[in-house]
Amino acid sequence: MSILVDRSTRLLVQGITGREGGFHAQQMLDFGTTIVAGVTPGRGGQSALGGAVPVFDTCAAAVAASGADCSVIFVPAPAAPDAILEALDAGIGTIFCITEHIPALDMLKVVAEVKARGARLVGPNCPGATTPGQAKVGIIPGSIHRPGRVGLVSRSGTLTYEVVQAMSDAGIGQSTCVGIGGDPISGSSFVDILELFRDDPETEGVVLIGEIGGGAEEAAAAWKAEHMPDVPMVAFIAGRTAPPGRRMGHAGAIISGSGGTAEAKIGALETAGIRVATSPSQIPGMLIEAGIDPD
Amino acid sequence: MKLQEHHAKTLLARAGLPVPPWSVAATPADVGAQAERYLADGATAVVVKAQVLVGGRGKAGGVRLAHSADEAQTVAAAILGMDIKGITVRRVLVAPAADIIRELYLAAVLDRAEQRILLMGSAQGGIDIETLAQEDPAAIVRVHAHPQLGLQPFQARQMAFALGLAAHLGEAVAICQGLCDIMLAEDADLVEVNPLALVSEVGPEGPVERLALLDAKVTLDDSALARHPGHETMRDLDEEDPADVAARAAGLSFIRLEGDIGCMVNGAGLAMTTMDLVKRAGGEPANFLDIGGGARSDKVAEAMRLILTDPSVRAILVNIFGGIARGDEVARGLVEARARQARSVPLVVRIVGTNADMAADILRDAGSDIIAARTLDEAVERAVALARQAAA
Repeated sequence: MSILVDRSTRLLVQGITGREGGFHAQQMLDFGTTIVAGVTPGRGGQSALGGAVPVFDTCAAAVAASGADCSVIFVPAPAAPDAILEALDAGIGTIFCITEHIPALDMLKVVAEVKARGARLVGPNCPGATTPGQAKVGIIPGSIHRPGRVGLVSRSGTLTYEVVQAMSDAGIGQSTCVGIGGDPISGSSFVDILELFRDDPETEGVVLIGEIGGGAEEAAAAWKAEHMPDVPMVAFIAGRTAPPGRRMGHAGAIISGSGGTAEAKIGALETAGIRVATSPSQIPGMLIEAGIDPD
Repeated sequence: MKLQEHHAKTLLARAGLPVPPWSVAATPADVGAQAERYLADGATAVVVKAQVLVGGRGKAGGVRLAHSADEAQTVAAAILGMDIKGITVRRVLVAPAADIIRELYLAAVLDRAEQRILLMGSAQGGIDIETLAQEDPAAIVRVHAHPQLGLQPFQARQMAFALGLAAHLGEAVAICQGLCDIMLAEDADLVEVNPLALVSEVGPEGPVERLALLDAKVTLDDSALARHPGHETMRDLDEEDPADVAARAAGLSFIRLEGDIGCMVNGAGLAMTTMDLVKRAGGEPANFLDIGGGARSDKVAEAMRLILTDPSVRAILVNIFGGIARGDEVARGLVEARARQARSVPLVVRIVGTNADMAADILRDAGSDIIAARTLDEAVERAVALARQAAA
């Protein structure tokens, strides 16, 4: 088992004929992901990835022909909200949006629509999700993983790779690694993903990678204490020494009264019984101490 | 992007909200002339306010009253050129002083957790709202606008009644709606009015009370600037470090800090982590620098140039986890920059992930003095040690 993506995932790539979309679609295919269709308006009838994947003009046509149930979006920011809504309209249940720099107020409306339809969006501005040995959706390098039983959820991109690599090197494999993205308005929160890990019988422990700003880590800590108290969990927070005000600013502080500081987050996590590492390299050791057996 | 008060007021006034007249001046003489005009129009005093993007300008002496044109000139001479938290005051806003009966607080802000626009108000105005949110959250009235339907009139009325503005219901509702409309129209993260004031004005039939927006703070969503071409003209380049301006032009995210170890990293989270580890190892980062995904060699070279513009940099730490970014591109950029750089600073490089092997070959073949490190912890230790050596 795993969460979000696995070997049964039938993936649609929106923007498959673009530079980024094409490159990463090939990487996903090489990893073993089942890519059943691509969409680029105006390029319907062509094929991509050396003829391996048929391209359609619309998501509706792609889904009708291929039975795609998951989509990953690589289209540029001005067209990305529309791409999410198109996937939603075609009946796709799980949508990953890799695109960055989408205006927050566009996402406000799009996320509300995704939730109203009962679908799931991960991102935007996220690296996607990988279930080692089964499928990867997004841009996380395939080579760093090792199949196993620890779930990982992160707001960051390259920092996630750093932690995954450290885990794999120490013999600690992953059930699924999910990057939820660092944008102010995103489709999935830490809590949304923790809920999936809790319900996954093959996830025995969880690593949470947070950053300063916002209150998502605090919410995750409180949820963990209440809903999955017995699951071993280790966290890392980036930005302990960042100068105040640059990431979070006034807008967040007037709502919560807290600056979204590393101290506040670390305090909340530790109160919930979650150990917080001071370097990514400490995470494997802490997992082992929490009862996770390396291979 | 944060806006200066006068730009924020322009957006509010353009939306039809009651902002009393104001003008902007850069010299004491001009301030005197503006003051004379307002005083002749019936104002009993004028207020002169420093235009800076940092908070706490009132406490720093950057906001002062004047009762005559001469006094306004004197006050302006004191404020212009003043240093407020490292920012030199270059312009002031001049406005007739209001006859304030009551001060309130009102703001529309993007609420990340609720994923809605939040309208927040408080009957206590002119206060430090961040402190109030922490110490007495119950004193803040909160109303969330529907993400698709927007703020409803009943919600605006709820806010107005809660703030004790029943006698000014129509005006208050229009202001509540106006703040939310500006959020949407301008792609703002924050539209804040502090204080919103009930003021007394002399009308033809004696004094009248009405609501007025006396100060304004607006922050725009950087991701939406492209679809508002006019917004770029409101950017205050005077208040930005030239390195910040150059970084933005190159598509780099750069923040100058106080230390001596220059950092170049891909990804904001990993960049912050690298800085955290430098501090933990006893060093001080000279900057935050995220070269972003898919950085090409020319971008890497520009990043290197930016780091070296800081004379206090004694060592440079490059930490790249290749994903979208390719290690070989970064290595080529480093070699290029190394060949052209004005001064020699020890360079510790750690490149892993996509094309890391090619990167290692490039760095070795360049025959340069670049120090390769395998792990992040090792790279940090080397850089901190080299900076310390250079300082000794």
